[in-house]
Amino acid sequence: MRTLLFLLQKEFRQIFRNKAILPVIFVMPMIQLIVLPLAADFEIDNINISIVDHDHSSLSRQLVDKIAASGYFVLSDYGNSYSQAFQQFERDRSDLILEIPSDFERKLVRENENSLFIAVNAINGVKATVGSSYLGRIINDFNADLRLKFNPAQGLNPVPVIEVSPINRFNPSLNYPFFMVPGILVSLVTMVAVYLCSLNIVKEKEIGTIEQINVTPVKKYHFILGKLIPFWVIGVFIFSVGLFGIGRLVYGIVPAGSILLLYSFLALYLVAVLGLGLLISTYSETQQQAMSLAFFCIMIFMLMSGLFTPVDSMPTWAIAIARCSPVTYFIEVMRMVVLKGSGFADIRYHFLMILGFAVLFNSFAVWNYRKVG
Amino acid sequence: MDLNEKVITTHKLTKRFGDFVATNEITFDVYKGEIFGFLGANGAGKTTAMRMLCGLSTPSSGEASIAGYDIYKETEKVKAHIGYMSQKFSLYEDLTVMENIRLFGGIYGMSNAYIKSKSEALIQQLGMEKEVKKLVGSLPLGWKQKLAFSVAVFHEPKIVFLDEPTGGVDPITRRQFWDLIYEAADRGITIFVTTHYMDEAEYCNRISMMVDGYIKALDSPTRLKQQYSAETMDEVFFELARGAQRKGD
Repeated sequence: MRTLLFLLQKEFRQIFRNKAILPVIFVMPMIQLIVLPLAADFEIDNINISIVDHDHSSLSRQLVDKIAASGYFVLSDYGNSYSQAFQQFERDRSDLILEIPSDFERKLVRENENSLFIAVNAINGVKATVGSSYLGRIINDFNADLRLKFNPAQGLNPVPVIEVSPINRFNPSLNYPFFMVPGILVSLVTMVAVYLCSLNIVKEKEIGTIEQINVTPVKKYHFILGKLIPFWVIGVFIFSVGLFGIGRLVYGIVPAGSILLLYSFLALYLVAVLGLGLLISTYSETQQQAMSLAFFCIMIFMLMSGLFTPVDSMPTWAIAIARCSPVTYFIEVMRMVVLKGSGFADIRYHFLMILGFAVLFNSFAVWNYRKVG
Repeated sequence: MDLNEKVITTHKLTKRFGDFVATNEITFDVYKGEIFGFLGANGAGKTTAMRMLCGLSTPSSGEASIAGYDIYKETEKVKAHIGYMSQKFSLYEDLTVMENIRLFGGIYGMSNAYIKSKSEALIQQLGMEKEVKKLVGSLPLGWKQKLAFSVAVFHEPKIVFLDEPTGGVDPITRRQFWDLIYEAADRGITIFVTTHYMDEAEYCNRISMMVDGYIKALDSPTRLKQQYSAETMDEVFFELARGAQRKGD
């Protein structure tokens, strides 16, 4: 026990003395947590649209105004030549072209029907599909208004319409930071824990101090605990600052569920990811190797964790991989507990899985450490 | 040196890495308080042998006991009774002189009061009063080496293993370093040292010469010189190492 205290004292001294690592631990995650959720916004706006208006009628202008006023579109070009608009397309200055035919107003008023042409720049697939569906809705809306105006009779006796009025539960204003902040916080805590833990141990291998420790009566578990405990504490610290400091003060996120439940899960989760860090360190001789290995694991864990894309809409094989990443479970737990207020019963399975990861990573790491040491 | 008490005994100690036999059935004894020089060309198997004796590597076959403890079964007890200073400088450079002493004292289970009084005496002996609160990384190499040795014997081990302890330091510092070694030997600490400096070999009570994993010669420097009718240890070394098949690393 006393040995462990000496080792912990040494670790904390070294961490607080390392001027390069301190900002990595305390400042960078906070900056990332402030910047990333604002950028990781799935709402598509600023869609550049080129409008080719052959009609120049009051109706066509009304339509253009309506599109520009919707807030989703930026009118990048307004003219009467399709080829000119297409050039904008080719230069990637516009995402959509709307072509209004020359007899737009006349035909619409007299014959009560007309067609518009929309061309979509599908290089950015998401922007293109979302943009054309926005545009379709605006045009339908415009059409409905017109019918009411020109055919009031029909307005009094309208075609039956099923109106859908959705309510957004758990995140009423569809606030993206609400959704993203808990997830990003998980990934930051994971990154710091895995990187710092593995690099720290490998550094001792590189400079040879681990050998000096190995000839002393220090037991392996003393050494390992001496490494895991400081980074566990740092992980809890970053999580707390992220949740209460940034999450609450900057984004106004107040966890709906139990804080105690969140921290219990965090405690177990950190044991699991620190175990992964330890495992990486047993496979690496240099910090460069450890860095590359950790980078590989972190990249896969992050991209497949459901942070950016929902796990359920991945192909089956990808879901299987996502289920093998502890990050996936913690992000789910964070969203459930923070946004929905889920209780222990709802996340029992997650607890069980993380417990499994913690046992698996740590026992594998300790086994491998013995073999090498 | 006390010829009645053996602190290291080995019998046919062997380490194989696949087909390669790094140390081949080496058998020798080292006595209490002896300065035992462990010589050989690069790649002769010195470091491998030393690592086995320190419990850093498990032998493939053979027997050895350190301070009366078996190196297979009583590794922890062996570790409590030895000190080790590796080729690489391995104190913590980002801790101060005193923090390093305290850390290693604590690891070996010394009491805080004992660490305090002993470290004060040590600092005075090394003349490092002004450097106590400096980071070890900022000290000149010679001081680092002296400090590393002092830390390795701080817990009064029975044996201290020194792996090329004076690499890269100037002759004056080397001389001071050997003063520290003599002093430790006088206190009854056995010194097991590898070196490539033949003047240092002369300082040892006995020398073993390893060639290609075997111990080719083992005696006092004077008698080895007589035996090989050589003027200096240099010549003895050349004579023995000439037949080596292995290339150095």
